[in-house]
Amino acid sequence: MTFLAQEPTLADFGQDPWWLVLIKVVFAFAFGLLATLLGVWFERRVVGRMAVRPGPNQLGPFGLLQTLADGMKMAFKEDILPRSADKVVYFFAPVISVVCAVTALSVMPFGPMVSIFGHQTPLQVTDVSVSVLLVLACSSMAVYGVVLAGWASGSTYPLLGGLRSAAQLISYEVALGLSIVAVFMLSGTMSTSGIVAAQGERPQLEFFGFDISAPGWYAILLFPSFVIFFIAIVGETNRAPFDLPEAESELVAGFMTEYSSLKFALIMLSEYVAMVTMSAFTVTLFLGGWRAPWPITYFWDGANSGWWPMLWFFGKVLLLVFVFVWLRGTLPRLRYDQFMRLGWKVLLPLNLVWILVLAGWLKTQGWERADRLILYGAIAGVVLIVTLFWPNRQPAPKPTLAEEVNNRPAGSFPLPPLDLQVPPSPRTQRIVAEREPANLADTDSREV
Amino acid sequence: MTTQTVLAAAGSVPGGEAVTFWILAPLALIGAIGMVAARNAVHSALMLVLTMLCLGVFYVVQAGPFIGLVQIIVYTGAIMMLFLFVLMLVGRGASDSVIETLRGQRVAALVLGVGFAGLVGTGMYRALAGSTAAGLAQANAEGNVQGIARLLFTRYVLAFELTSALLITAAVGAMVLAHIERRREDRMDQSATMRARFRPGNYPGPKPGPGVFATSSSVATPARLPDGRLAEQSTPEILPVRELTAEDTTLKGTEK
Repeated sequence: MTFLAQEPTLADFGQDPWWLVLIKVVFAFAFGLLATLLGVWFERRVVGRMAVRPGPNQLGPFGLLQTLADGMKMAFKEDILPRSADKVVYFFAPVISVVCAVTALSVMPFGPMVSIFGHQTPLQVTDVSVSVLLVLACSSMAVYGVVLAGWASGSTYPLLGGLRSAAQLISYEVALGLSIVAVFMLSGTMSTSGIVAAQGERPQLEFFGFDISAPGWYAILLFPSFVIFFIAIVGETNRAPFDLPEAESELVAGFMTEYSSLKFALIMLSEYVAMVTMSAFTVTLFLGGWRAPWPITYFWDGANSGWWPMLWFFGKVLLLVFVFVWLRGTLPRLRYDQFMRLGWKVLLPLNLVWILVLAGWLKTQGWERADRLILYGAIAGVVLIVTLFWPNRQPAPKPTLAEEVNNRPAGSFPLPPLDLQVPPSPRTQRIVAEREPANLADTDSREV
Repeated sequence: MTTQTVLAAAGSVPGGEAVTFWILAPLALIGAIGMVAARNAVHSALMLVLTMLCLGVFYVVQAGPFIGLVQIIVYTGAIMMLFLFVLMLVGRGASDSVIETLRGQRVAALVLGVGFAGLVGTGMYRALAGSTAAGLAQANAEGNVQGIARLLFTRYVLAFELTSALLITAAVGAMVLAHIERRREDRMDQSATMRARFRPGNYPGPKPGPGVFATSSSVATPARLPDGRLAEQSTPEILPVRELTAEDTTLKGTEK
């Protein structure tokens, strides 16, 4: 039994009959909706546990039906349209968000080739040669929903939320795109199924003379990219600690302040679907996609074939959603300028340096060992010299208080002498002396 | 094979492509016309977004998936978002005025626009008149993305770098023009403010209110210092100092 034949290639897509396409599309859509229903419940339960309280536990087993009840209630609420709202844009903004969040799910590989009613087909709605870019396009279009919702509400707080969201997207999409570049460099493809397939190989790396069989997951091989990518998608999905567009302590509810009823439900839905989509995207790019984690593949050869991979995939997505919730339960919201500084001054330069290092390393893989060592040594020497001769930015030591006082120009505002000893008030002694006997006499007369 | 024969060979358009085209082409046109016609600047920008999205899909349909998605990510996702950002900062009530602020601007814009289009069109036509189309199979021989990358980083690398240098110059220039330099050392923190307050020549206490020890309670009447001089700081700088004459201050005989 060979398992390599299970890997879908780009040629395997587009061969399905229409009913199979319909099943897959409906499945992906239902997955998004169900993930929202369960995700809200999961988040409230986990945050509740972190805050040492039960969370929703009344409706259904473990409170599972709470979100469903909330959704029903939301649908029957009054739909309020602010008088100053731009009606068409106000109506379309949540729709844009939902459509973009759900569309990105269509290129997520849920599993390898399986047989459905006699058809060999990959467990993925579709794949194109640039499907990673499709996800990026969806996530950048989804922000239109947020920005337009804020603008069309015709009120101040939503507008501020929308503006924040626009700036946030532009800053963090750069870091997001750059960290995916490293994945493209290693995998040599932009299709999601191709990236998952590339993570199945265990590359033989030569590292300073040692041949290592490196793990295939890009989360380990490209650890800096993985960390930056995850930080960037937290910013991209407006989740805590980067939920500045909807910061309730500053902007009421941010861009969705004026929304109610089903439109609000749509915004809520798009937010959770985006969280799940981005988790699935991270799993695909960095955590081996639908591949079983290491100890399972060691004991069980069939773990990566048939329908089982879907289980690993959902398990990994659930794990990442848990991390999202964990971050929300742990970290306070960043201030806006700190957030921007992190994006532009930390994540972006780090990413560029890392890509440069990675590209250099990949390029020199085929060289003679001596040449390579000379090159690495030269680079290390240059870096060392630059660090040694980097101009010292430390400010001059602060003058002491005495120096500052002595250096004041003539005619300055008068200062009391620094060694001034305030003499005790002559009255203090007398008051204490007068009170003491009075108190003693008072207590004595009562106690006895 | 010349351009004409390729176009003739491509005469049979697949059904899906035709349907996509006939749905999206009117939408793209509506977006383009709406962008010019819309009174509200944000609506105008959104119409442009619609047109750009349709163009992106057209690229994908015509076997250029990379350029199509990059069009959506870069132009629709980032650049139009920046436009929207600025438009939203300007304010949602702002719609374009019918009055020309610069005289002859519209005529000049029209003439220059048509002239530029004509120039580019003629240049392209003359440059491409004798060239033969290589065909999609040859262009995508080593993959669509790889083919673009090879051309971009070998043959057109100079044009590419020049364009990016131009863009960076424009961005830096805009920043320099719009940015007011405030260096870190110039920023006053609390202790610096306090030091400036107690600097020689600056009176640290509260300023005397107008009319204190003055001959009138008017805000324009400066206060008097204990030695009889006028306290300049007691009146707002924008008001002319007005000293009341003895005639002004005498009783008007209206009191009962």
